[in-house]
Order: sequence, then structure tokens, then C-alpha cells
Amino acid sequence: MAISTDEVRQVARLARLALSDGELDTLGGQLGQLLDYVKQLDRLDTSGVIPTSHAVETGTPFREDVAVPFPDREALLANAPDRDGDAFRVPRIIED
Amino acid sequence: MDFEAVIGLEVHAQLSTESKIFCACSAKFGATPNANACPVCTGMPGVLPVLNRRVVEFAIRAAVATGCTVQRKSVFARKNYFYPDLPKAYQISQYELPIALGGHLDIEAGGAAKRVGITRIHMEEDAGKLIHDGAFAGSQGSLADLNRCSVPLIEIVSEPDMRSAEEASDYLRRLRDILVYLEVCDGNMEEGSFRCDANVSVRPRGQEKLGTRAELKNMNSFRNVEKAIEYEIRRQVELIGDGGAVVQETRLWDADRGETRSMRGKEEAHDYRYFPDPDLLPLVVADAWVDELRQTIPELPVPKAARFSEQYGLTAYDSALLASVRALAGFFEGCVAAYAKNPKTTANECIQWKDAILAGAVSAETIAQIVEDRETGLISATAGKTLIEQSIATGRPVRILREELGLTQMSDAGALEAAAAGVIEANPKEVGIYKGGKEGLLSFFVGQVMKETRGKANPKLVAEVLKKLLG
Repeated sequence: MAISTDEVRQVARLARLALSDGELDTLGGQLGQLLDYVKQLDRLDTSGVIPTSHAVETGTPFREDVAVPFPDREALLANAPDRDGDAFRVPRIIED
Repeated sequence: MDFEAVIGLEVHAQLSTESKIFCACSAKFGATPNANACPVCTGMPGVLPVLNRRVVEFAIRAAVATGCTVQRKSVFARKNYFYPDLPKAYQISQYELPIALGGHLDIEAGGAAKRVGITRIHMEEDAGKLIHDGAFAGSQGSLADLNRCSVPLIEIVSEPDMRSAEEASDYLRRLRDILVYLEVCDGNMEEGSFRCDANVSVRPRGQEKLGTRAELKNMNSFRNVEKAIEYEIRRQVELIGDGGAVVQETRLWDADRGETRSMRGKEEAHDYRYFPDPDLLPLVVADAWVDELRQTIPELPVPKAARFSEQYGLTAYDSALLASVRALAGFFEGCVAAYAKNPKTTANECIQWKDAILAGAVSAETIAQIVEDRETGLISATAGKTLIEQSIATGRPVRILREELGLTQMSDAGALEAAAAGVIEANPKEVGIYKGGKEGLLSFFVGQVMKETRGKANPKLVAEVLKKLLG
């Protein structure tokens, strides 16, 4: 397998996913298959190729620096599970 | 063992734009929670970031002013982490290909010039603000205000070229002065628009290899940066002296206790999994754009101070003080343009009234008139001070106040001669002693004439007249 159980556990932890041992095995197997599939690209010699981050070569477009307020704060807050006045309420973050 | 400190600084400067870096929300302070938030900066599904042109302009200006090379192509990357001040679960930053590389800043170290390298400058978005439980009664959980989320920042990373807390603080002040000069950042440390993290390590003097470093955070004033670095250097030297070893970690400065504390626990091994943001195409900057922006760079504090010394004959200290604030430097030159004689006195007045000048309470015309009236002997230095104070208090012109308050010195030679003659006649004994060679008595006569004229005589002229009469 192209990926160890520990690596799967680490990736799951970074993604805040709680996986059972059975799920770790299943997903580890599937991730391994994906990695093996992509690994086919290693057959090509890409030593002289500049890494491509985007397929389009034109530069990013700009917007002008003009402030336009979003008119519907209520709609933003309505999407949240919880709120307190105009603020989003999230589970307590412990600061020392 | 003799140790040497090695310090590198990471500065986050908030850019003074109208709108955020990737959406049109206002970037200003002080709105009610989430008034400056929209689907883009709150990370709603299906939205796309669009780069603010002025953010790039400001970053390029900062890069050019610090001698960096602006990169033709730079790439925005996602820095992934979960924290409720950043609802996308990633911060858009620049990683492998930042906007600018390889600059420098000249500082002063023990009276000598020293060049500190700048590794890179990159653009990124700020995170929101969390208000924690306990801030108000009965509240459960933490409250997220995303007004600051996605406000534009540039991060300026120095080389580990500084060797003391003083050098670090000098670098920081000079960098701030430059950014404020460029009008890309307001430079306010207390409000967090200019923030600094410090990487500090120590090594035995003469050793090439760097020691293990600690990263210091949470220092919100120049003084605190200096104190935190001093504390940390001492802590590391003592730790090594006691046979211990420095651990690579993030430490928070506690200003109340005057110490740095480990952030153990919170500092789980970071794994940000940076990758190019597929939502943003690479940023392509044409040379012509950089050249155009290069033309907009004003004369910066260090060359301006050198010119002030050269052109106006000011001391290096006064020149640097005046040149450190663009508005004050401009004000000084405005005064000199209005009255060109004795720029040294003008400089002193500008420094003395700096706060009032920057608050807009004193005009260049006021300072120029005071300097001119002092120069022509119309007023004394003390009267000049009184007049400026009165002018600030009442908002009225100094020359009108001068007449109203009777602060004009008597400079009429005839009237002074009459007063001096009277004093000489009334003090024959002292005249005898003076003529016998005790010339120190001149100040006695000057004092008497000043008394006669109720302090209105010009003491310099009085002395001249007396010398002539007693001659």
C-alpha cells in the first residue's frame, strides 16, 4: 500500500475527521489506490518541466480598490449554527 | 562563555486600502461585528476571490523602497488550518513564489551603519477577531467578528542579521517610518496594524552555526519588542549556562510579568499543507508597472535627513528626528520656504512643537513668523514660546497676539540709549568699578535696563548700547 495507517490517521486528524480502525483501513486502501494511479506519471521524465500550478497562463484579474458593503449581514449570520447579536458564536476556544 | 544573539524579524503590516484583499468589503476599523463581511470573506461555498489592485501596488512600493526585487510572477497559496477566526479553514498567502525577494534596510548599530537583509515580502489576508468567553457575563463559547478577516497584509521577513535588542528595535522603527512614508500602512503598533514576531537564538561568539531559535509573539510596542528580546536572550544564555538546551518553540511575551512563556500544547506540530490556490491565477507584474510605481516613491527618511543636514546645516540628530515623520519634514520645509533665515531655529521650533504641529494646531506660517521675529530681535525666545502657546489656545495669529500681549521687544536705539543713560547716571559706583576693569558688571547694567523697560528691551541691543556708552 502506498500510504501507511499512521499517515491516514494524520491526514484524518488534519481534516478533523474521527475515523474508526475499520474506516482507517478502508480509506487507507482507497487512498493508496488513488496514489498508485497518479504514480503512473512518474514514468515520465519531468526534470526539465517547470511545475504548473494553473493551466491558464494569463495573470490574475484585478478589482479596483473600492469598498462596496455587502447589504445582508442577516443572511450571513443565518447560515451559522449559532450567533450572539451580530457575532457568530463558536464552541469555546481556550486561550491561556 | 561569551554569547552572541542572532535575531530575525517578521513584520506584518496592514495595508491602508479602502477594501479587503479579495472582496469589496470595507477594510476600515471600528464597524459593528460582521458589518464588513460578505460571502467571500466568510468562506461561503461557491464564491471566488478577486485580487485588489491597490494591494499589489502597495506591496510593490514597499518592495521597491526596501531594495527588493519584484517578481514578474508570484503565486497565492493556501495555508490550511482550522480556527474560527478564518472560516475558509485556510489563509490565502504566498509561499514558494512571493511578490518580492532580496532587499535590505540600513540601520545604526553602536553608532555605525549596518545593513540588514530582507529575505522576502509577501501578501496575505488577515484573520478575524475572536472575543472569548468571560468577556461578558453569561456568554457561552467564543464570538467571531470577521470584519478584519481578509484585510490585506504584507509580511516582511528579515535575514537573521541583528545582534541585539537595540538593533532589532532600530530596524523596526526604520521599517515602520518607511511604510508610513509610503502611505501603505498607518504603522500603529498598539492597534495591531504593524505587528512583529521575533526569531531569537544565541550562539558562542565566533561560532558560525546558528543556535536553536525561539519565536516570540505578542509584543505590541517598540518597547515591548526590545524588552522581550532582551529577556529571551538572557533566558537562553542562562539556560545553556546551566547545561540545558533551547527548545524550538513559540513563546508569548507577557508584558505584565516581563517574561516570555512557552505556548506548549497549542503548538502542535504545524502542518499547513501549503498548495497553490486554484481559485487565483498567478499574479503577473509587468516591469513597466514596477517602473511606474518606482516613480511614486518619495524621498525616504535616511536620504532626507542627510539632505537636511547638508542643505540647512542641522545636526544629524535633528535632521533624523524631522525626517522620521513625513508630515513633520514637509512642515519644516514649508516653514523654511516662508522664512529662509536661520533654519536651525526653525528646526528647533518644529521639534519642540512636534505634537501640536502633527495635530494641525500650529501652521507653518506661525513658526516662520516666530523665527523671523526672533531673528530680527522683535521678540525673545521666551516670548516666542508664550505666543505659540497662546496661538494654540486661542487660534489667533501670533503677530496680533504679540501686540495685544505687549511682547514686542523695544529695539528702538534712541529709546534704549535714553534708558541706558539713565541707569548709568543712577549707578556711579558700579560705573567706576566697571571702568576699573570689572567687565562682568555689564550684566548688572543690562539687568537694570531690563527692569527700567519692564522686560521689553531687547537684551542683545541693550548690551551693545551699554558697551558703547560705557566704552
